[in-house]
Formats: sequence, structure tokens, C-alpha cells
Amino acid sequence: MLPNPVGRKGSDSAQLTDNFLNVFRSYHARIKNPRLALAAGIALAVLLQLCGGWIDPYTTQVILFAAINVILAVSLNLVMGETGQFSLCHAAFMAVGAYTSALLTGKALPALLPHLAWTGTSWASQLTFLPVLIIAGLIAAFAGLIVGGPSLRLRGDYLAMVTLGFGEIIRVLLQNTNAVGGARGMEGILPATNLFWAIGFAAVILYSMISLVRSTYGRGFQAVRDDEIAAAAMGINTTRFKVTAFVIGAFFAGVAGALYAHAVEFISPEGFNFLRSFEIIVMVILGGLGRPAGVAVAAILITLLNEWLRDLSQYRMVVYALIIILFMIFRPTESLGPFFRRFLPKLPMGNMGAKPDKAL
Amino acid sequence: MSTGHSLLEVRNCSLRFGGIAALTDVSIKIEVGELLGLIGPNGAGKTSLFNILTGVYRPTEGEILFEGGHVAGLPSHEINTLGMARTFQNIRLFGSLDVGMNVRTSFIARLRNGLINTVRRGRSFRSEEEEVQEEGLRLLSYFGLEHAALHPSRSLPYGDQRRLEIVRALATKPRLLLLDEPAAGMNPTEKEELKRLIARVRDEFGTAVLLVEHDMKVVMRICERLYVLDQGKVLASGTPEEIRANPKVIAAYLGEDHREVVG
Repeated sequence: MLPNPVGRKGSDSAQLTDNFLNVFRSYHARIKNPRLALAAGIALAVLLQLCGGWIDPYTTQVILFAAINVILAVSLNLVMGETGQFSLCHAAFMAVGAYTSALLTGKALPALLPHLAWTGTSWASQLTFLPVLIIAGLIAAFAGLIVGGPSLRLRGDYLAMVTLGFGEIIRVLLQNTNAVGGARGMEGILPATNLFWAIGFAAVILYSMISLVRSTYGRGFQAVRDDEIAAAAMGINTTRFKVTAFVIGAFFAGVAGALYAHAVEFISPEGFNFLRSFEIIVMVILGGLGRPAGVAVAAILITLLNEWLRDLSQYRMVVYALIIILFMIFRPTESLGPFFRRFLPKLPMGNMGAKPDKAL
Repeated sequence: MSTGHSLLEVRNCSLRFGGIAALTDVSIKIEVGELLGLIGPNGAGKTSLFNILTGVYRPTEGEILFEGGHVAGLPSHEINTLGMARTFQNIRLFGSLDVGMNVRTSFIARLRNGLINTVRRGRSFRSEEEEVQEEGLRLLSYFGLEHAALHPSRSLPYGDQRRLEIVRALATKPRLLLLDEPAAGMNPTEKEELKRLIARVRDEFGTAVLLVEHDMKVVMRICERLYVLDQGKVLASGTPEEIRANPKVIAAYLGEDHREVVG
């Protein structure tokens, strides 16, 4: 029963205080916890790196792919899930990062610092790998700014078309640039990516995204997704929020691309085509749009699925499409959220789903 | 704020879509702290006027002055930060956010901590989150909605959703609040509450209110001055009594049954 709203002030103030406290507590559970997740993630990264010798190369590779996919999916989730902008060129940003880093470690670094003897695994090259990753991310972010700046004024279908076009432009440009190997791609990239960098960055982005969306500022992204006109009427600069999401998404896609290039040691334009973008979209939808933790789990599941379906090669896209169709039919809104909650009820990131705590 | 200006002045504004004139030569003035009504039949241009005031459309001609500064054609979010907030005829809450968050979004434009600080979650961020939280809850409890702070905004009863829209708009600390048919779809009890609420907003927050409303009882009872729009033009303006007695208004808007409607 709802009390009379106007006459309510001052009445049963003890209960009012109680309600206030409950609401405070439940929000604070959300505010404080992501740091634990970050610490746990980085600890895991260090631990796995130290135990690296005991993990066989195949498993290591799968873990690396899983972490890279987590970075890709969680960053795309900011654009698609939180801000509601349909982007079809995430793999293109990944390509920008991959090629940038490959050029940096393959050509620029040996030329600038010849005495460093960049091998990928030595301490010196590991130390320089962090700036390489950051620069790769920044260049991808710049590409994101160039695409997103003008095209985020468009809505829905139009934005999808622009990003689809941009993805193709990047791929065709790379295919026809001999300096980066053209359609043959670049090979002989040194294996600098290890479990520490991949899992570390996955932890960083997961932390950043969860702490971002669990804040007043971060809710601006969701406000833009829910209703752009209302968001603008409440003083939110909608274009800036959309471009910010797009640029951050592109930055982390670039980092993921750089990690990927230095994990597989070979990149070609075909590896960053539309199907790659689509694969990342599948992860975001499967994990539940706007749920970073769920999206991360979905990214890991899809990576494993990829390994199981390796024999099917290109036909695995059929399986993805089927998964999406089945999801749209049976769980159009919920995705895997409730499923995850059942099995991972007490993750340190607190409230994974959008459902409110039962505070009152 | 400069003295000698009206809070809001619309000067000879017109809005045309191709050959269709939504507004023609409309001039309106609102003083500080005034409770002003805007009435007119369906399609008279009331919502169009709201849309040029809040930057959804740019007027084809004319100028709009808010506290002496030109605002016509500015983007919506800038107009809001200047001190004008609105609600919508068809409720536009943020459906995926809970009630408390809906109010907190109104603080985003004035946050001290940006993206980096938010991700770092330092002391400044945490204290600001608490401030915003507390202020949002205070506003909600002021309008009797704090019990629903954690509920999805979609789950609120219709009347509460309208009330939440008003709270959300008030949270941006406007000096002028534009209400677009807040009583639409409300039952008589809710309308009574709404009338008290609007009067309170004006009296206790000192916010001027421009109220668009179909319900004559609501408008006539609480507004000090009225403008009547018809076919995109200002037909008349004055106190409720003057409007009630104006033959042009009766002919154009109230029709034959006006005595019954005005009650």
C-alpha cells in the first residue's frame, strides 16, 4: 500500500531512517567491491604466470584466447550493452591494434633501440611490451574517435552500416598495403603475450567496466541507451557519452588486438573480418547486454566452444547463429544472467544482474 | 541572473515543418517563481512550444531568452544545465534503471569526478557518490517515493511514474520547470495530489512552472496566469477568470459545454 505522498514528511521518521540506511547499504555493497575483483584478477594473472611452466602449451593458448576474448567482449559491451550503439567493426579496431603493435615490435623498436634485442620473452622486451600495448590501444582509440565522432549522430541501422563499412575499409586497406604484407599478413611476430598480460588486462577492463557502470557517472551510458531525448533533457551530453563509450571500446579492442598478434605470432587481414566482429557480438548477447561479468563468462564459454568446434571450421558460425536464434526465442531479455547467478552466486563484484537487492 | 529580465521570454517564435506551421509568431513571458498554465485543444502546438524551449527543435523564426541569454537552437543538455527542466507527455523514464538511479542521472551533468576518477574510486568519488545518493533520496522521500528507490522504474504505478519524472526534472535544480500534461491518465485522487505537488514545487523550491494541461480543473485551480494556444497561435492570455470569460477562448476551445468543463 502506498502512503499519501504529500502528508508523509515527518511521519514515522524512525522507519524512514531505517529505509535510508538499507538503501545506503545496498548501494555501498556495489560501490566498494570491484577492487576485490581487480586484486583477485591480478593475483590470478601473477599466479598463473609463475606456474606457467606446468601448464601445457595448448592449454596456455586457450587461456590466452579466453582472456583476449574477455577484453574484446567486455569492451564491446560498453558500446552495445551499456550505451545501446550497434557497432559492427570491433574486429577492425582489433586489427588496428594488432598491426600497430606488430609494426612497433617488429620494425620500430629494433630500429630505435637496436641494443635491446627485442625477443618478446626477455625482461627488457616484457617491460617495453606495456607501452606497446598502450600505444596500440591509443591508435585504435583514435580510429574509434574518427569513426565514432561523426557517425554516432546517426542512430540504429545507420550506425550499423557505417561501422560495417569501416570494418571493410580497414580490412581492404590492410590487404592492399604491401608494407604490412598485404593479403599474406605479417608473420614472425615475437611471442610477447603471456598469461600475465592477457589475464591482467582482462582483470583491468573487467574492473574498469564494473566500477564504471556501478556509478552515477556510468549510469549516463544506460540513460542514453534507454532514452536519448530524456537523457539530453536531464543535462546529459548524449553525443559525448556515446563517443566516450566508442573510444574506450576501441582502445581495449586495440589492446586485445596487440595481445592477440603477440600470442599467435601471425596476423592477416582475414583474421579481422566481419565474422570476427560477429563472434564478439555473440559473446555480448549471450552474456546479457549490459552485464560485464556475464559477458566475460560468455566470452570464456565461446572460446571453449571454439576449441570443441574446431573440426567444423567455418560451419561453427552456423552454430553461433543457432545459439543466437534459440536465445532470442527462449530468453529474449534474460540471456545467461540467471543461469550464471545460480552457479556463481557470491562473486566478489557483488550484484551482477540488474535486479535490485531486497533492501526494504 | 540579470534583473529587469523575465525568467523566460519567447519572442515571435515560429516553427514550420515544410508547409505545415506548428507555431506562428508566438510570444510568451514567464516571470521568476510564476506558475503559468498553457492550454489549447489537441494539435494547438503546446508540445511543439515545449520542444523549441528545450532544444528538441530549433524555432524557424524568432528568439528565446532565458534569464536574458539566447537559448534558441542550443542542444537540449545545455538548456538543461542553464536551468530549464522538463517532463514528457508520454512518460520517458529510464526503464532499465531503478527509481533511485533515475533521479541520480540528473546529477551527471554537475558531477565533479569524471571518467578517470569514477574508475579509480578514490575518496573524492566516494564522498560525491554519497552526496548524490543522499540528495536523490531526500528528493524522493520529499515526494513519498523513497520506499521504491530500489525498484525498477517500470514497476511503479502510473501516477508514481509521473511523479518520478517531476522529481527527476527537479533534481537538475531548474529555475523553470516545464510540465507536459502531468495529469494525463491520472485518476481524480492522483490529480488532487498532483495539484498539491505542483504548488509545493513552486512554493518550496521557488521554481517557476510552465504547465501544459488538458484538465481544466487542474489548470484553473492552481495557475496564476494562462496562455491559450490555438492552431499554433496565442489566442489569449490572462488570469483564469479572464480566460474563462473570454469569448474567443470559449468559442475556440471550451466549446458549448464550457460551463460544465470549467465547473
